[in-house]
Amino acid sequence: MRAGLRHAWSLAVIPVVSILLALLLGSVLIILSSLATQGSLNLMLPVVAYESLLQGATGLSFIDVKNGAITVNASIDPDQAGRAITSTLAAASPLVLTGLAVAIGFKGGLFNIGGVGQVLVGGFSAAMAGIAVATQPAPVAVTVALLAGVLGGAFYGFIPGALKALTGAHEVVTTIMLNSVAAFVIIGLVNDIFKITGPTFARTADVGNAALPILFGRNGNLGIVITVVLVVVTWVLIYRTPLGFEIRTVGANPDAARYAGMNPRRLIVLTMTLCGMFAGLAGAYEILSLGYYPAVFGSSLGFAGITVALLGRANPFGVLLAALLLGAMRAGAPAMQINAKIPIEIIDVIQGLILLFLAAEQVVRKLIRSRSERVTPSEIETVSRSYGETVV
Amino acid sequence: MTESATDSATAPTPPSAPAPALEMRGISKRYPGVVANDGIDLDVRPGEIHALLGENGAGKSTLMNILYGLATPDSGEILLDGTVVRIGGPSDAIARGISMVHQHFMLVPVMSVADNILLGAETMANAIFLDRVEAHRRIVELGKRFGFEIDPDVKVGTLSVGWQQRVEILKSLYRQARILVLDEPTAVLTPQETIEIFAVLRRLADEGHSIIFISHNLHEVLAIADRITVIRRGKVVGSRVPAETNEDDLAALMVGRNVQLVVDRGESHPAGPTLIVKDLKVADDRGTEALKGVTFEVRAGEILGVAGVAGNGQEELVEALTGLRKPTSGTVSLGGTDVTGSGPRELQQRGMSFVPGDRHKYGLVLSFPLSDNLVLTQYDEAPFVRGLLRNDAAIDAWAKEAIAQYDIRTPSADVSASTLSGGNQQKAVVAREFSRKLSVLVLDQPTRGLDVGSIEFIHRQVVAKRDEGAAILLVSAELDEVLELSDRIAVMYRGEIVALVDGPTAEREEVGLLMAAGRRAIPPVETGPPADSAAAVSS
Amino acid sequence: MDAILQIPVLGFVLQFLAYLVDAIFTTNLPAQTLQLATPIALGALCGVLNERSGVVNIGIEGMMLTAAFVGFMAAMVVHEAMPGAEAGPFGFTPALVVGVLAAIAAGMLVSLLHAWLSISIRADQIISGTVINIIALGLTGYLNRLLKPGGSAGTLDQLRPPTELLDLPIVGWIFKMFFTSGPITTSVIFFVIVLQIMLFRSRWGLRTRAVGEHPRAADTVGIDVIWVRYRNVVLGGVFAGLAGAWLTLEFNASFQNGMTANRGFIALAAVIFGRWTPIGAFGGALFFMVWEALGIAIRSNPPPGDLGVFLSGLQSSYPSMYNNFFGSLPFVLTLIVLAGVVGRSIPPAATGRPYVKEGAS
Repeated sequence: MRAGLRHAWSLAVIPVVSILLALLLGSVLIILSSLATQGSLNLMLPVVAYESLLQGATGLSFIDVKNGAITVNASIDPDQAGRAITSTLAAASPLVLTGLAVAIGFKGGLFNIGGVGQVLVGGFSAAMAGIAVATQPAPVAVTVALLAGVLGGAFYGFIPGALKALTGAHEVVTTIMLNSVAAFVIIGLVNDIFKITGPTFARTADVGNAALPILFGRNGNLGIVITVVLVVVTWVLIYRTPLGFEIRTVGANPDAARYAGMNPRRLIVLTMTLCGMFAGLAGAYEILSLGYYPAVFGSSLGFAGITVALLGRANPFGVLLAALLLGAMRAGAPAMQINAKIPIEIIDVIQGLILLFLAAEQVVRKLIRSRSERVTPSEIETVSRSYGETVV
Repeated sequence: MTESATDSATAPTPPSAPAPALEMRGISKRYPGVVANDGIDLDVRPGEIHALLGENGAGKSTLMNILYGLATPDSGEILLDGTVVRIGGPSDAIARGISMVHQHFMLVPVMSVADNILLGAETMANAIFLDRVEAHRRIVELGKRFGFEIDPDVKVGTLSVGWQQRVEILKSLYRQARILVLDEPTAVLTPQETIEIFAVLRRLADEGHSIIFISHNLHEVLAIADRITVIRRGKVVGSRVPAETNEDDLAALMVGRNVQLVVDRGESHPAGPTLIVKDLKVADDRGTEALKGVTFEVRAGEILGVAGVAGNGQEELVEALTGLRKPTSGTVSLGGTDVTGSGPRELQQRGMSFVPGDRHKYGLVLSFPLSDNLVLTQYDEAPFVRGLLRNDAAIDAWAKEAIAQYDIRTPSADVSASTLSGGNQQKAVVAREFSRKLSVLVLDQPTRGLDVGSIEFIHRQVVAKRDEGAAILLVSAELDEVLELSDRIAVMYRGEIVALVDGPTAEREEVGLLMAAGRRAIPPVETGPPADSAAAVSS
Repeated sequence: MDAILQIPVLGFVLQFLAYLVDAIFTTNLPAQTLQLATPIALGALCGVLNERSGVVNIGIEGMMLTAAFVGFMAAMVVHEAMPGAEAGPFGFTPALVVGVLAAIAAGMLVSLLHAWLSISIRADQIISGTVINIIALGLTGYLNRLLKPGGSAGTLDQLRPPTELLDLPIVGWIFKMFFTSGPITTSVIFFVIVLQIMLFRSRWGLRTRAVGEHPRAADTVGIDVIWVRYRNVVLGGVFAGLAGAWLTLEFNASFQNGMTANRGFIALAAVIFGRWTPIGAFGGALFFMVWEALGIAIRSNPPPGDLGVFLSGLQSSYPSMYNNFFGSLPFVLTLIVLAGVVGRSIPPAATGRPYVKEGAS
């Protein structure tokens, strides 16, 4: 038991310290920002900001702010807590999915930066299918729309996979290109063909019965349940099936995989397709929660997935925890913006900083004199190596 | 003007030897768990070819890395022309006239000969630009002085290894090195190339350069060296002059015991042919024909050894047989079925097992636990898979069994393969491949870089497999290994099998000649290792 | 002749070719292309410098974005301090000088972070680049929202060679292409040529290439691999910084979130397209951006005949798709080129691999 705990700590220590360092550096930025918003340095602003963030994400409150005076007062409003936690879960779910879309790639020695495009295509496919079956019974409509999202994402993951397997074009560059192509094409389609008249902004028709049914709270929908199930399924797939072993072998040593009779080309295509399926589902989740496809569906989910995957050590359960943290930040950010007058983009900065400290884990490890395990998945070496040569 | 290598080797050392150009005194270097150098003394005179002889891992490379500034000694000092110097890094060493030709050439394949030579010692037209014209002139001139013509504009990657080595030597000369260290320079050369390089080295020595020649090859050391220093386990165990020693003496010094590592292999009782190869042609990565039509068969219950200098097509042969490379023409049949062009998976299912030559590249996934590595080629077969899932209980049970049966020294089956020693890693590969249901076993350099204990163990396992009826193809760069294990020996030379000889009665010299020249007659050259080895044996 | 042009498809193709030839020789299409290709080419020079020394840089996008923001803000600050300052040659006001220098400094600083992460502490180079992209996007977005910069310090002027020169045959065309844009655009051709010569003829170039191909070989002849890589990566930052300055001080007069719009990634593709040579990468940048320039040309000056009618019809019926088609073309072309070319174009062998000295742990 104690050994188990120690192992868990050695896995978690670098991510946890990275988060703390990012929050610390973020608070320096917040203090400096107060110079711009309030005209003087406000040393207490980070406390107010982070407390609002926490309250918005969980409903827990530790302080009261009145007329600039801060008093300590721990409290929890059960109703607000319920709403806040549901929001956190709702924000975390698509992050779990895009996180898995990157993590599975890492396991297979691939860096899927194409989450952005796969989310767009998945979301758009789900919207198209959802509009088509909007009047069908809900179970049918939801299933069809979700599957369409998964298939759309799969298609968009398949392309870079096939390009790499057949021509050696590196997925890091091709997925980024595909992100832009998806954005241009889909915005064009929505603006010129699928736009409905009425709303003040360009959007498609409603998906009707294909909208994800709410199971609990204000926005606790079916997608959350599906996500949790998928975390377990992914873990089993990666660590407990022969296919997962093949994917991991190709990721760790493509030559050995070939020697062992595996087919690295096929597995690269398969892995990228699988990545695309998860990201596509994340897009479907977003659109089917919203109920329609807006032309300006700019989504940071794809890039956040990279942070989630690295923070979660590319392990499905780690991804779940990391997504909960980032989801909490997203759910709490509006409250922080209101209370502390800090632009909501601060959470993007903090996410970036977390990633920075994870990348610099060697330094972090030295800083805390830890001998913990490496965070960056070792398969990333296959990614970098394949940049300089054709792997298969 | 050149003195032949043989003559100089037999000439006695002059009693009034000149002052050493280089002296290393009491050099010690410890790495975690190993004492690589333990109080080593070495002196090299001007104009001398000084051989540093020792087994793999004896400490030769560490000593030379210290001389070249790539490693810092824990104690000891280095003297050049009698003055103590500190060598902080390669640039220091170069500035003091020390140069090193590494075993793996330090050449950039996509750059020209001239650029490779210039690198780090650029001849400049002005503060910014290179003076390629002047550089060309000097390179051509240097080459001529030491007996070869070289085109400085040719890309290094297109040169043969023998010529690449000349480029390495030119690199040293261009920097006006006085002391040249050559680390295992002949390992990748054909015998003919070896003879040519020896002639170059002798010329260099005649011009007053000091040469340190690192090797574990007794014949060559006797052929080229003026003096020989033998190192074992980080210590100098003896110093010899070629005229006063022979191979047996040096071998005893080097290995430390007069034990012949001969496995009692008994007689073979071969049955019908299991693996039949007909007129197999294979192209290498660059598209040139590396295998020019080889035909042979391996019978059940025999070991067919493939002897040859590295780079004569053995690698391509193995890759084509095991499905890693597609042959351009010819046929391979396994147990009566045509398997030409089949992939590794199909060959494995038809009963082929393969111990690859590069265990880090092919044989193992170093980041995976030992247990996963022990099922790397059987992960999707019963009993290691049950339904859709892996059967971890069966994998663990097999791992325990393999660890015990094959004497793999490891704390547990869960540690990653990268933490095991080379010998234990190789035993893991052997355990996995030997335990399959197999009819053909392909072994590529099965004991490369291993300690004596592991070698003996693996050799015994190979013979046991033969006696169980497997058809075994053994490819090895170590002629001794091939001689020791093979029932028949195929000698490869320039992509062809030039001879098939009976294993137990094969003469080392005969096979060596076949490897060197592709024929049995003594090659028409002035001097060389085969002639020398004969002399050494007769003395 | 007219009969041929009436044939469907083939007629369109011929009409289009005729229009293209016309556009290349008589309109400002070449100059427009060069202008649009400038940030791509500058970013690609950054990529060439990095990858030739063995460091992958997918953070060019983030370096450009940071430089664009910092350059813009610095110029604004100086502009507000001295609003009436005289403009020098090329429209260089003190504010713009400071802005360009600040952008270059920002590019170098971010590059230094990339160098530190990927060379010194041997973080994965692709992750390091990703970190830079994500932080740059987040931080510039945050600061832009926080500081809400209004106004502008203006932009650099376009060059105006004498019309007599532009009217000359051939020479005039060359001048029109290369010397009718702003100073940053004009400087690109200079940098491309200088770097091309330096890379293959100078000591610096020789050492850079050796370090990117075989760092150990370079190390054994006494070359400091780490230093060579640092120097190249930080020097690359100069060009990423200039690309950023182009965005906010020459081409636009404002900063918008994420305004690099993946130009840094097209630059990366131009590096591969140009096989890691400055001139090749410049050609790649032109090839990728000529289509967008063509889209603009067609919009402002549609081709005559059926083709023009057809294109105008498309544009009025599907305005968004029409524009986005040209917007997405560089990316689609990049994909096609990568799929077709990359298998045969081989990057410097050590690209992506951190260098560990022998004997060091």
